[in-house]
Amino acid sequence: MVATLQLTDVGVRYGRQEVLSGVTTPILKGGEVTAVIGPNAAGKSSLFRRIAGLLDGPGNIRIDGAAASPDFGHVCYMPQDTSVNTVLTVYESVLLARKQGAGRKVTDADLEEVDRVLHSLQIEPISFKGLHELSGGQRQLVSLAQVLVRDPKILLLDEPTSALDLHRQVEVLALIRSLAKDRGICVILAIHDLNQVLRVADRVMVIDAGTMVSCGPVDSVINPSLLQTIYKVEGRIERCSRFCPHVIIDGPLARTSV
Amino acid sequence: MPKGRGAYRALVQRKKLVLLALSLVLVLSVIADLGLGPARYTMREVVLALMGSSEVSLQISVVIWDIRMPVALMAVVVGAALSAAGAQMQTILNNPLASPFTLGISAAASFGASIALVFGVGILPWAIDYVVSVNALLMAMAAALFIHFMSQKRGVTVETIVLLGITLVFTFNALLALVQYLASEQALAAVVFWTMGSLTRATWPKLAITAAVMAISLPLFMRRAWALTALRLGDDKAASFGVNVRWLRLETMMIISLLAAVPVAFVGTIGFIGLVGPHIARMLVGEDQRYFLPASVLSGATILSLTSVISKSIVPGTIFPIGIITALVGVPFLFSLIMSSRRRSW
Repeated sequence: MVATLQLTDVGVRYGRQEVLSGVTTPILKGGEVTAVIGPNAAGKSSLFRRIAGLLDGPGNIRIDGAAASPDFGHVCYMPQDTSVNTVLTVYESVLLARKQGAGRKVTDADLEEVDRVLHSLQIEPISFKGLHELSGGQRQLVSLAQVLVRDPKILLLDEPTSALDLHRQVEVLALIRSLAKDRGICVILAIHDLNQVLRVADRVMVIDAGTMVSCGPVDSVINPSLLQTIYKVEGRIERCSRFCPHVIIDGPLARTSV
Repeated sequence: MPKGRGAYRALVQRKKLVLLALSLVLVLSVIADLGLGPARYTMREVVLALMGSSEVSLQISVVIWDIRMPVALMAVVVGAALSAAGAQMQTILNNPLASPFTLGISAAASFGASIALVFGVGILPWAIDYVVSVNALLMAMAAALFIHFMSQKRGVTVETIVLLGITLVFTFNALLALVQYLASEQALAAVVFWTMGSLTRATWPKLAITAAVMAISLPLFMRRAWALTALRLGDDKAASFGVNVRWLRLETMMIISLLAAVPVAFVGTIGFIGLVGPHIARMLVGEDQRYFLPASVLSGATILSLTSVISKSIVPGTIFPIGIITALVGVPFLFSLIMSSRRRSW
């Protein structure tokens, strides 16, 4: 069965301070990739942590049509901060993610799954390196492996490619795209590069200053007006010779036009 | 067999071998410990006495079984308990300097015990050992809870926790000094000797209680091995794996205070085992709790057992208080550990 996720008036509160409010989405279906965009500190990470059950707040989160309990099962969240100082190898850390809440004994099936995920992300060569020896980009790939190995239905990725080189970015996003499609995973992805959003996402959710500004198909949401109002830059969306849309930034918004 | 799986299995085998090697060293150390004392016995005599052979004299059997065995085993159990407590403290507080000794849990237990020693002796003279233990336990739990709740506050960093621990150490040491100041001469001597830490106070019942605490705590930790290891990947990640981080921390802290307080109550203050034991374990087997915890237990037990051997060997016929030896040996060891491990992670 394809997973679904729907948010109704979802918000986040830290004590009395409301950092996010009014996030409402249509039903997000498995197989689709939804990109969450917006300036820094807009509330994107808070939204991810709220959906992952790490934060409380108002509103309804329905997974597969049912109100989600704090223990979401197949909701897998990859936090933005991937720094660790633990003495574990990459392989052990991925196996560790696999074994959470899944019985104490390590089975052949567990190891096969770890091998498969490490292979799909092409990080087998660093399998037995210590986590503390990895570069930022490698840590991000391992972190991604840790969520993929848990057989997710809903995948929440908070800036999963921010530390990767261009080649890896393209590869990882293509992998995420194909995983969503092949396994019917509902992917929600925070990402800053709008050109990557145009390539990978079906839908875009725009968060600004703690509220959801818009949510809809990529080509209708990403437009010059969005660049002006949310990012304060002048820009255009133009199609290249292969008819793919691209965001072209002309410069910061002229002061007079604000 | 694919490379990843095969290499992982080899890694696990290596860790199991390390555990086996540690166990062997521990057994040898205990045998040496049993042989040393005012009368020295050879390893053969000790082993024969342990097997109940009629080849050794009754006197040797009595000395080994009734006098030295509780002390030697107490070293093993206390070392194991303190090291397990330190290992889990470092895990849940995400702090390489955490241990019952450095964060004031031992100092709190010492203070609690000294109150019982100084003021409680007259009330329940027949049960003073147990009053001392209960008092030590309650104070240790109070200190552990304090550290726990402070560590839960927003914006509290690893450094803050260490500083907080240091304030606890100073506070409880000052209170301990106050109790000593108010104590009668006889009680003062008891407290002073007690704070030095000595295994010679070991008896079979005390050993049984400490072993029982271990027998309850370790399976509880082992059952949560995957969750505890996940904590080291960061709270967000562990929580997103479905680990109830807050509850796991609280529960672990309570078990730690039990593990730290009971040995302190019975044998006095013994420092550094809770700090050094887990570091050695981490260097040997990494931080997968399925191996890290047993390795911490074994290395803590081995260090204290070896320290017991050293405390008897410095001046033949004299047994130095073991707390003094652990501190003297522990400091340079810890220093070299810090300097070398900076190149690794912690």
